Amino acid sequence: MSYLELENLTRHFVRREGWPIPRKTLVRAVDGVSLQIEKGEILGLVGESGCGKSTLSRLIMQLLVPTSGSVVLEGERLADLAPAEIRKRRRDFQMIFQDPYASLNPRMTVFSTLAEAILTRRPELARDRSALESAVAALMGRVGLDPRYIRKYPHEFSGGQRQRIAIARALGPEPKLILADEPVSALDVSIQSQILNLLLQLRDELGLTMIFISHDLSVVRYIADRIAVMDEGKIVEVGESDALFNSPQSEVTRTLLKAIPKIRYPATAPA
Amino acid sequence: MPLLEVRDLRTSFHTRDGIVRAVDGISFDVEAGQTVGIVGESGSGKSVCCYSLLQLIPQPPGRIEGGTAKFGDLDLLQLSEARMRKVRGKRISLIFQDPMTSLNPYLRISTQLIEPLLIHEGLSKSEALARAIAELEAVGIPDPKSRIHSYPHEFSGGMRQRVMIAMALITRPEILIADEPTTALDVTIQRQVLDLIKTRQDDLGTAVIFITHDLAVVSEVCDYVNVMYAGRFVERAPVETLFARPRHAYTRALQRSIPAMQKKGEILYTIPGLPPNLANGVPGCAFAPRCEAHEGGPSHAATRPALVELESTHWVQDCPGCLAGAVATN
Repeated sequence: MSYLELENLTRHFVRREGWPIPRKTLVRAVDGVSLQIEKGEILGLVGESGCGKSTLSRLIMQLLVPTSGSVVLEGERLADLAPAEIRKRRRDFQMIFQDPYASLNPRMTVFSTLAEAILTRRPELARDRSALESAVAALMGRVGLDPRYIRKYPHEFSGGQRQRIAIARALGPEPKLILADEPVSALDVSIQSQILNLLLQLRDELGLTMIFISHDLSVVRYIADRIAVMDEGKIVEVGESDALFNSPQSEVTRTLLKAIPKIRYPATAPA
Repeated sequence: MPLLEVRDLRTSFHTRDGIVRAVDGISFDVEAGQTVGIVGESGSGKSVCCYSLLQLIPQPPGRIEGGTAKFGDLDLLQLSEARMRKVRGKRISLIFQDPMTSLNPYLRISTQLIEPLLIHEGLSKSEALARAIAELEAVGIPDPKSRIHSYPHEFSGGMRQRVMIAMALITRPEILIADEPTTALDVTIQRQVLDLIKTRQDDLGTAVIFITHDLAVVSEVCDYVNVMYAGRFVERAPVETLFARPRHAYTRALQRSIPAMQKKGEILYTIPGLPPNLANGVPGCAFAPRCEAHEGGPSHAATRPALVELESTHWVQDCPGCLAGAVATN
C-alpha cells in the first residue's frame, strides 16, 4: 500500500458559452489519473499550461470534489470523510505557491503568518507566547531565515526570502504531504538553486513527501525521484526521472524536453 | 557607426535611505539587426538601464545623472517629451515581462494594436486595421480577422505575448527592447516566443536589446552579452566568448548556478550572499563579498574597478580577485 494513492481520479467541468441559450461543453480537466507516491518520495508533475496540473493538485488538496475516483492517504479514503474532518486533515497537506508576492498576506508580519500556521497543529501554544515565539524562530531557522527578521513584513524581503517564508508556513502545521506548485518559476535562476537545495534538505531532515509541479523539466529532473508527465488531463508517462529524461517515451515529453533552453557553448569554467 | 551608442549612462534614485545608483556608468553599442543581451539578477539595474533610454523612469525619485545615448543624430537622454514621443513606440519599442498587466483589459486588441499606427503614421482606421490583421497573422495568431476584436482576457498568456510583440513591431521599429519577455511563460511557450522574436527580427531587420536573468536564454538568442552586477557591467563579450572563456567571477558563478547544468544528487551550486545594497554606495569591487575567495590569491580591487578590453570586443572589470581562477585567454 503506497503512502498516497490516486485511484482513477477524474474531474470534469461544464463550460457554458453563448447567449441567450448557452451551449454546454464538457471539459475533462483531470481524466482518470492513477498514481502512487511512497513516503519520502518527491514526485515531479510536469505538463504544459492547461494540461490539468493545477486541477489535479486541487483535487489532492481536497479543495475540489472529484467527479469520480478517490484520493487515499495512508489507506484512508479522503472523500469519505465529513467536511469538518477534511478541514482537520488539511493540516496534513500543505501547499507552496508559485508567486511569493501574491501568496503571503502583506499585512501580516512573518511572526503572525508563521504563528498562525503553527497554531493549527499546536493550539496549546496560543497561551504561551514565549514558546510560540521560539517555535516560530525555530521554523525560520529551519528554512534559512534569520530569526531577527521575525517582526518584518513580506514587502521587506526579496523574492527568494519570501519563498522561504512561504515554505516555512507550509511546514508550520507539520504536514505529511507538501504540494509545491511551480515554487521556483517566479524566481531568478540563481535563487532557484537555493530554494531547490532547501526543499531537498527539508525532505532529508523531515522525511517529507512532496509533489513538485512545474513546466520546467530541467528543474524537475534535478529534484524529483520520479516524474509524471501530464497532457489533456491524463498521465501520459511516469518514470524514474533520469530514465524519463534520457529516453522519453511519449511525444509530449519530447516536446517538453526540446523546449528547454540550453547553453549552446561548451562551458570550460573550472569545476 | 552603431545604431545606438550609449556612453556612461548614470541613473539614480533619491530615496529616504540615500541615493541608490541603480545604473552607474554603463556604455554599450547596438548595431543594426543585432541582438544585445543584458543579463543580471533582480535588482542589478538592467531594466532601469533600458527604461532610462526611453525616459520612462519616474522623475522624481529617479534622475538620469549623466551620459549620452546617441541614436542617429538624437541624444535620447536629452530629448524633450514631445520629441521622445516620436521615438518611443515608433523607432524604439518595448515589450514587458507580463503581457497581462501591459495590455489594457478594457480595450479590444484592435483598438490597442492600431493606436501606434494612428498616432505615428497617420493612417486611417481601416488601413490601420488591415495592417494590424496582417501583423497578427505574422506573429502566428490563428484567425486574426475575428480574433483582433477580442479582449486581452480572451487570449492565453503565450498568445498575449504574441499580441504584445505584434504591437511592438507594427511600426517597424529600429530597436526592440524586450524586458524579460518569456519569464512569465511556460517552457514550451517560451520556446515559441523566442523563435517568434527571432523570425520577426530576421524579417524586419530590427535590433533587439534582450533583458533577462536566464543565461540559457541568452546563449540561444543573443549575439553580444553584457553581464550586469550592482549597476555596472562586469563583463561584456560576444556570446561564444562569454560562454567559452568567461573571465569575471560573477559570470562564472552565474553559469554554475543554472540548475539544469548540474548533476542530480549533488547539492546545487548557489552564489553565496546577496547583491550589495546600492543605497550605501559600494567602495571597491561590488562582487568581493560574494566571491569565493581563493586562499592566498590576489585581493579584490579597493576602488571600483574599471572595464578593460582584454582582447578585441571582450571587456571585463579589472579586479584581480574576480579575475583569479579564470581559464587563461585563448
